[in-house]
Amino acid sequence: MTRVAVLKGGRSLERQVSLASGARVEDALARLGHDVVAIDVGPDLVTQLREARPQVAFVALHGRGGEDGTVQELLEVLGIPYSGSGVHACVRCADKMLAKHALRDGGLPTPDWVVLGQIGFHELGMAEALADIGQRLGFPLVVKPVSQGSSLGVKFAASQEELPAALIAALSYGPRVLLERYIEGRELAVSLLAAGDEPAQALPIVEAVPRDRQFYDFAARYEIGRTDFVCPAVLDHALGERVREIARSAWGLLDCRGFARVDMILGADGPTVLEINPIPGLTETSLLPQAADAAGVSFDEVVARVLASAGTR
Amino acid sequence: MSGRQPPRSAAHELERYSGLFASRTSVMRSSAMRDLMAVTVRPEVISLAGGLPDTSTFDPALFVRLLGQMPPAQALQYGPSEGLLGVREAITTVMAAEDMAVEADEVIVTTGGQQAIDLVCKALIDPGDVVIAEAPTYPGAVPTFCSYEADVIQIEMDDDGMNVDALEETLAALDREQRRPKFIYTIPTFQNPAGVSMSLARRRRLVALARERELLVLEDNPYGLLRYEGDALPTLRSLEVPAGSTDANDFVIYAGTMSKILSPGVRVGWLVAPRPLLAKLILGKQSSDLCSSTMTQHFVAGYFAAADWRAYVDELCSVYHRRRDVILDSLAEHLPAAASWTRPEGGLFIWVTLPDFIDTTDLLARALAENVAFVPGEAAFVDGRGRHCMRLNFSSEADDDIREGVRRIGKIVAEQVALYETLTGRRGGASASGAPAGAAAAAQDPAEPLANVLELPRRGAAEGRRSREA
Repeated sequence: MTRVAVLKGGRSLERQVSLASGARVEDALARLGHDVVAIDVGPDLVTQLREARPQVAFVALHGRGGEDGTVQELLEVLGIPYSGSGVHACVRCADKMLAKHALRDGGLPTPDWVVLGQIGFHELGMAEALADIGQRLGFPLVVKPVSQGSSLGVKFAASQEELPAALIAALSYGPRVLLERYIEGRELAVSLLAAGDEPAQALPIVEAVPRDRQFYDFAARYEIGRTDFVCPAVLDHALGERVREIARSAWGLLDCRGFARVDMILGADGPTVLEINPIPGLTETSLLPQAADAAGVSFDEVVARVLASAGTR
Repeated sequence: MSGRQPPRSAAHELERYSGLFASRTSVMRSSAMRDLMAVTVRPEVISLAGGLPDTSTFDPALFVRLLGQMPPAQALQYGPSEGLLGVREAITTVMAAEDMAVEADEVIVTTGGQQAIDLVCKALIDPGDVVIAEAPTYPGAVPTFCSYEADVIQIEMDDDGMNVDALEETLAALDREQRRPKFIYTIPTFQNPAGVSMSLARRRRLVALARERELLVLEDNPYGLLRYEGDALPTLRSLEVPAGSTDANDFVIYAGTMSKILSPGVRVGWLVAPRPLLAKLILGKQSSDLCSSTMTQHFVAGYFAAADWRAYVDELCSVYHRRRDVILDSLAEHLPAAASWTRPEGGLFIWVTLPDFIDTTDLLARALAENVAFVPGEAAFVDGRGRHCMRLNFSSEADDDIREGVRRIGKIVAEQVALYETLTGRRGGASASGAPAGAAAAAQDPAEPLANVLELPRRGAAEGRRSREA
């Protein structure tokens, strides 16, 4: 029996999802016979951790602070082993620009992009170059905050005219935005799982199929009932293997631990990686538990394996 | 280790549940916005989002006395589904204050005004039935309508409330499709979220229209008594059944609540409906919760017997009146010229319209980083409209917090306007460093066409099936 602190909630915009993930992790850990302390992280986190004296922390936080290396750094300082990816991997996954550079440098496909920052607009006259960017990436294009994990702030711009509003929206979430070529295709997610130092296991691929295909309604895939999830996705064997191989390579390039989810689009030119999520959702409707289930891996086993990733750094 | 036995991790969880969900859940809205709203409850956030009354003004000694006076055995017991007689009598008193003559046996006590809306839907709405509402409408009614799978058609408003011409055009268009609305939902006075009131002329027309076409109107009136200036307007119910007349109450269903004149915590609202509807509504009430809390009903009945409820409403009005002035002054001082807003004579809300390149759901994420919150406009529409509007509440935060909250909102709006100008080279409003005060005053120029004040967003490219040209 290990004393495990489950870190959940926090102040990120994804607080609600994190609370749901955390609650399920607590239940699973209790079933596995561990001594569980749940912590809704806030300004008193250090005090709480010192009082709780956990042997290990299970990080079930999503979004800013929890998924971007911040809480990981804190746990390193406090000397508490923790589940999932380390500081460096979290920093690079949470920053879509760094992640895409890592992917491209490593020879993995990812859609063409440009990153713009508020400073560029205000101080370097970047706005003058917007038309060139539009030409280079083509329309429609996807505009995302660089450091926001969920669908929040993700906009499509169908034309140059729609670009300013999309940029303003994405810049509401942080000082930098990613403009990315839109790849039409099937939305695939590969969840990966690894206990300790073992090589990552790529779980069966999940495909998100929007029920009523509305190009602009990106949020639909995050709502129950508006998207059908097919697992395992129907792909020919070789293609499926290629997709999973890319996911494993992305995991390796970014040095992930424990678990992760790699989101991809299967376009006309083959699979391409959109992003890597270092702390994928673990709610009832999340993709990783679903993929694990399809592989015959129970939720408890998922949690056990992710927990076993702690302290292997 | 906890002693409880958590349920076993289930296989095929998502698929298993998705097979169990009722089809209506697919139109229940869960959204990024809702997740954002969950963050607004942090204590350090100045929230201009909720519709909370200020309950701190209630006399604590009176509160204790009322609790002490409750008859324990009765207060702890079930009560009649239609509500305690003492409460229904108190309700007739409240309604009389707005010139409505109602018998206690026409009143059904509900668990807050929200249940009143729910029960009306439950009694009247089959999937696909048409409900007509205002655009924007009460954000809390949207999920209720959706959960009954109503086809909600929203009628544009201006500073005189729902545009009755547009309503008639919609009714005519529905006629051609051989459809008719099950009811028209309206908050005629100090509308939530728009803050505007329906003009007397439009009220008369709406009541006449209801009679002529035999249409039910659900009049939701939580704020009618919270008037800070101007002349009282008659309720639709009082226009249909003037005090002292023998006219029948055929078409207006009236929903009221204690939430804004006493306390939302007591969860006591009510319905007054044409008698043929009452029995079905009570059956619906029984199936929902048998009866509203007997304990809080005793509290309400005791309150009306022991206290001067009008004096308390007056007290609330004086607090809210001051806060409304504070928020209007703050808006004029801090919002850029490109913003406009309504100027309510009562109630709890102001509706702000921003330039259409600003998405208020994304703006909320930015606002939360500054520890201030509001309700994004999209919450008040079923069809994705309202994305550049927001609802501000002025009843629940202290004066200084209102000022500070509006200052922060003004700052981030100005930032986004300035960014737009940088991005496009076009003017999108006052510059961030400009002096917005004079410009905002211009936005409040009474000579400005009223429709501009409650400007409606353009229809988006990806509207759902519920959108309809009014």
